[in-house]
This record gives sequence, structure tokens and C-alpha cells, in this order.
Amino acid sequence: MKAMRDTVSALPLHVDNLSFEASGKLLLDGVSFSLPKGGVTAIIGPNGAGKSLTLRLCHGLLTPRSGTVRWQADSAVIGKRRHAMVFQRPVMLRRSAHANIAHAVSAVGATGASAKASAALARFGLSALAERPARLMSGGEQQRLAIARAWALDPEVLFLDEPSSQLDPGATRQIEDIIASLAAEGMTILMATHDLGQARRLCQRILFFDKGRLVEDASAESFWANPKTPEARAFIAGDLLW
Amino acid sequence: MDVSSAFGAAVSLIFSLDPQFLQIVALSLRVTLSAVLLAAAIGLPLGAMLAIASFPGRSVLIVLVNGLMGLPPVVAGLIVFLLLSRSGPLGALSWLFSPTAMIMAQTLLVLPIVIALTRGTIEELWREYREHLTSLGLTGWRAIPTLLWDGRFALATGILAGFGRASAEVGAVLIVGGNIAGYTRTMTTSIALETSKGDLPLALGLGLVLIALTLAINAAAFGASRIGARFAG
Repeated sequence: MKAMRDTVSALPLHVDNLSFEASGKLLLDGVSFSLPKGGVTAIIGPNGAGKSLTLRLCHGLLTPRSGTVRWQADSAVIGKRRHAMVFQRPVMLRRSAHANIAHAVSAVGATGASAKASAALARFGLSALAERPARLMSGGEQQRLAIARAWALDPEVLFLDEPSSQLDPGATRQIEDIIASLAAEGMTILMATHDLGQARRLCQRILFFDKGRLVEDASAESFWANPKTPEARAFIAGDLLW
Repeated sequence: MDVSSAFGAAVSLIFSLDPQFLQIVALSLRVTLSAVLLAAAIGLPLGAMLAIASFPGRSVLIVLVNGLMGLPPVVAGLIVFLLLSRSGPLGALSWLFSPTAMIMAQTLLVLPIVIALTRGTIEELWREYREHLTSLGLTGWRAIPTLLWDGRFALATGILAGFGRASAEVGAVLIVGGNIAGYTRTMTTSIALETSKGDLPLALGLGLVLIALTLAINAAAFGASRIGARFAG
């Protein structure tokens, strides 16, 4: 049984004609894409484009107005959820760093919470801070802890919402190194970012959103060199989109 | 007896460990602690549920619970008296004029405080934690243990506030306890009785113990919020 769980992949993820509205306002309009196994995919676009919303819908935190989010093998087949999410402002429980991870591991019903927490802290260079109250850690340490906490859940896919928007350049660099190494280990990553430099450094594929629609879906190489749509061209050039 | 000699007699009463005096203090603590524990056991989960649930009439319920924080102790005593009186719905239990009746009345007084303060604390935490806990599959009642634990320091302050209210009240325990010497006589009912009888040393002695207790409760609440601040960042 365990072997099957480890070999069955939840991916690809199929997002089909996804729409979402809040207070009568259409915030996401007919978004379709699929996410195969591997690599780092960026969701970029101006504020209000629907980046975070798309991640939340994929992760199942929100229910779409219409359209579907379908995993190749869902949690009912695999026996557990294979995707985890790290939020823009990491939610730190009022506990130690170690307890934050152990809580998440127990919450999803996995065993060996304490050992997994220690392993996750070690993997992300946080062992020395294990007993520190999480909320007293620096912004960069908190974001690393949030990623370590998600990693401890053994996800196949990691959703990252603006993982370094609140961080200084040094901490941003650390987070980017972590993302690159997770991808190198085979984790599939879908991240929203408004940092174009970060998207260039990390991502192999770009989903460009504007006003709630997926405007362009391209490999990073072709997107940066030759954006197809005027909106994307303007966005890359640093123009404000209205 | 003048006030200064009454004061001296009160202090010597405290330190002589007079059995009658100790018995009164012990009963007061037993009644109030039991009431606070009961109120916490019922009020913490109820308050947390009220914080995260959405249902029609929720706002009305919140206003009602908040209002009941100011329930006059004599009214709480009257309600329990009616419940336990011989012709009342719980009359068959014969609990009237017993410490059990006093615990019931004080639980009724403390419960709204615990529910209301828990609701406020947990609602704020839930706003902050909601997405993370939902992401972990902790929704509905499954989120409550995490929220209560992470609100532990603020909740301790609320419970201590309930303890303060119960230990200081006289009306409820007087009505349902009957102030029977050696059986249902507490610090507050003794002070009321002894003062009217003119036995100032006993009244003053008990008053000093009550004040010390209040100070201790406030020190504990201050400590809890200080420790809590370390975790809250």
C-alpha cells in the first residue's frame, strides 16, 4: 500500500475553465491550464490579476463559481493530500519552530511528527532555532520555517504565494536557493510572484495573468524573449496595465 | 472595639490559623475554584464554537452572552434558587443550601465571562490562522484544539477574571447557600454577617484574605499576559 502511494502521482493537475467571483465581481474568468510533473512555474501579472486566487483555488481553499480543478489522482486515491501551500505572510502558530512543524504533520494524520519536524528544521538550516517561539523569528526565518513546515508534509506539489515579497535581498536569495533545490529534488512548484527578476531566475514556465484571465502560457525562454500579447509586452516593459 | 484594635485582632486571627477561620477560607476557595473549573470546561469549547461557526442568530447570541457578563449575582442566585427549590425542576436533588448549589450559582456567573472572552480571543486567532489550518484540513470543530492552545495565555486571563468575579460576589452564594455556619459560610457572606453583628476582627481578617487573593489573581493575570507576549511576538 505504501509503495503504491509513493509511486502514484497526483499530477498532472488539470485546471479547466475556472471562474471565481466575490460580491458579484468576476475576479477570475475562464482560466485553463495544466501542470505536469516537475519544474518551477510562475504565475505573474499586475495586482488584482488573480494570481493568489488561482493558487488558492488549486489548493482547494476556495470553491470556484464554475470550472474544475482536477488532479490526475486525487487524495481519495492516494490516501492523502499531495499538495501544500506557503502563504505570502506566513502564518506562525504561537509555539516554537519545532512545534509549528510537528503540529502540521500531526494535523494531516501522519506519524512521527517530532522526528519529521527535527528533520525538516535540519534540512532548512533551522535546527539552532528549534525551540525559539516562531513569531519572534525574523521575516526570512519565518518564511523558511513555513517552507520547512510545508516540506515536512511530503508534498508532490508546492504552491507558493509571493514567497519573498516581504523580505530583504539576502533573505530573498536564501528563499530562491531553497526553491531551486526543492525543484532539483523533483518537487513541482507553482508560485505567484510580482518579482520579474525572480521569475526569470527560477522559472521554466510562465503563466501571465491580467484582469482575472490567463493571457499567456509560455515557456520562460519564449515569454521573456518574445511575449505574444501586448499586455505581456507592456508588463515586462514596466508599464502599468489598466 | 475601635478600628485599630480590630485590625490587630484580624491579623492575629489570620496567623493563629484559627480552625473556624480556615474552614471559611477553604470553603470559599473550594466553591469558587469548582465553579471556575466547571465554567471553563463548558465555556472554552462553547466560546470557541461561537467564534468559528456561522449560523442565523449568531450576532444575537453574542450580544446576549456579552450582556450576561453583567448578570447581577443576586439574580444568578435567584435563578438557581428557583431551579433547586422544593417545587422547582431540580427540587428533587435537595441541593438547596449546600455548597453544590453555591457552585452552580457561581458557575452561572462565570460562564458568560468565559464564553464571551473565549469568543473574542478565538475569533481573532481564527481570522489569522484560518487559511493555514484549512490548508492542513483542520476545519470546523477540528480547528478548536489548536485555537484554544494558541490562545492559552489570553484565555487564562479571561478565566482569572471569572475567578475574580466569583470570589468577590456575595449575593448568589448568600441566596442559595443560606450562610449556614460551618457548612455554607464563605468569606464574603461572613463579612456581611459579622460586620452587621459587630465582630469586626473576623470581618476584617477575611477582608484582608480576599484582598490578598485579588492581588494574587491580578499578578497571575499579569504574568500570563507577559509570558503570552513572548510567544505572540
